[in-house]
Amino acid sequence: MKLIFEKSVPGRGTTMLGKCDVEAVALPAELCRQEAPALPEISETDLSRHYTELCQKVHGVNCGFYPLGSCTMKYNPRIDEEIAALPGFTAVHPLAPKETVEGCYEALDTAKKYLCEVTGMDDMTFQPAAGAHGEFTGVLLIKQYHESRGESHRNKIIVPDSAHGTNPATAAMCGYEIVNIPSAPNGCVDLEALKAVLGNDTAGLMLTNPNTVGIFDENILEITRLVHEAGGQCYYDGANLNAVMGAVRPGDMGFDCIHMNLHKTFATPHGGGGPGAGAVGCKGHLAAFLPSSALMDNDGRLQVRSFAGNFLVVIKALTYVMTLGAEGIKEASANAVLNANYLMRKIQGTFEPAFDRICMHEFVLDLSEFKKRTGVSALDVAKSLIDHGMHPPTMYFPLIVHEALMLEPTETESRETLDWAAEIFRKLYALAETDPEYMHNAPHNAAIARPDEVRAARTPILRYTK
Amino acid sequence: MNFPADLKYSKSHEWVKMEGDVAVIGITDFAQDALGDVVFINLPSEGDTAEAGSAFGDVESVKAVSDLVSPVSGEIVEVNEELADAPETLNTDPYGAWIIKVSGITETEELLDAAAYEAFCAEEA
Repeated sequence: MKLIFEKSVPGRGTTMLGKCDVEAVALPAELCRQEAPALPEISETDLSRHYTELCQKVHGVNCGFYPLGSCTMKYNPRIDEEIAALPGFTAVHPLAPKETVEGCYEALDTAKKYLCEVTGMDDMTFQPAAGAHGEFTGVLLIKQYHESRGESHRNKIIVPDSAHGTNPATAAMCGYEIVNIPSAPNGCVDLEALKAVLGNDTAGLMLTNPNTVGIFDENILEITRLVHEAGGQCYYDGANLNAVMGAVRPGDMGFDCIHMNLHKTFATPHGGGGPGAGAVGCKGHLAAFLPSSALMDNDGRLQVRSFAGNFLVVIKALTYVMTLGAEGIKEASANAVLNANYLMRKIQGTFEPAFDRICMHEFVLDLSEFKKRTGVSALDVAKSLIDHGMHPPTMYFPLIVHEALMLEPTETESRETLDWAAEIFRKLYALAETDPEYMHNAPHNAAIARPDEVRAARTPILRYTK
Repeated sequence: MNFPADLKYSKSHEWVKMEGDVAVIGITDFAQDALGDVVFINLPSEGDTAEAGSAFGDVESVKAVSDLVSPVSGEIVEVNEELADAPETLNTDPYGAWIIKVSGITETEELLDAAAYEAFCAEEA
């Protein structure tokens, strides 16, 4: 398909923008650019068709099954979008006088109250723009806490080898040395390995629970106790919160600080293509270090982002929580876990789970034996799924499982969809025995089959030039 | 899968070739196959110290970022800078694409011969 720039015809335009109703003001010459920007000139019809065409080439949650592990691609309820589109939330400005936007403040306060309740935290900021930004903010809280106590010699953050890549990256960005600890054979934290690295240089531990192989670490109370005993703080990566909402709270597991991806656990999967929101919650002893979170607080505290962060994503999360209520939130998590276990058992017998036990909201298939036998890799299977109208699962993660496919069906999929998905996995398993070549070349029906990932990573073309 | 007999191998999938008292180090055929297409390599500098069992650099493939672990301790006397521009050589010619040369070796990890490494890989795969 043509780029929008290639569809541009000089002089063509749309009527979408109304006449300017304020007086034109000329900028000083030194602020003006020398040439006009290369903006596409296109009619409204062609513009509409262009975006519709793009839309048709994309597979979203609204098109079909999207079991992308660790991403919680749940259905985004329409009511969340409707509420977030109310003029009282969209037609406001962050610099508006406080008394004119009190409803927005109340919505933020209410969201904070409910999300603190869900996570067992005492305070929260909505400033961070998304998950990694939330992690960064959270670990800075921990750093500030140690410094305030004269313990800035604590320079190490412990991260298990099954962690999300963002965890060690965050710790490094915050100036910490990363201590990687191996997982026990069951995929959980190896207590002995943890004990061996704890000391008076420990600043903290970063953990996801359930972890990245979809297993709830039963030693969690002992883990957080050991870290606290050594003087460290415990950071909860909320990536997998969808598995435990309403059942167990990170605050009760012993965590001091968490981030949540509001844009996945609480509707708006991955921002719906738009912005995210990485809310950071903490226990009382860290609250003094939170960035200023109100719209225009002049309390001297620094901010990690302008104003109240991505306000409308918080509104969607608030709508989600209020629509479901305490019981509904719990039920959503329970169904997420049930769906994952159902799908895992339905597929089992062909592709085998890496850990044969009850999983949480996601599970990992280990295709290394399968690949050895058939030559068909996890990548080939993922690509073949595209031909069946399914978004591939997460591949080659976590790193502790070779040839991994990680599936997270979420609570919003029906039994019929899960049966359909399992059937496709079984079909592909059989196809690999008879026609591996076909799978090496899959997908056969997609707009783009196998993009050159090496070139895309090494020499990406990031802007259009004529 | 290729396991040249004249090389020694580490369990973290690096190969070592002794040229006099200089150790030439790269990643094995098994490693490059497991990594998939390599898109970037983070190389050390000449004069850096390599420490047995510790990372001296990392490689990024379309799948993941992995540490390059040195099987020996010593001084890095030469770095294959060509790999920075052509990291795909690690895939196409893993035993030709040496990464670093280390001299003044003070410590060497327990290394496997080709047969033992092949058996180790068979188990690992």
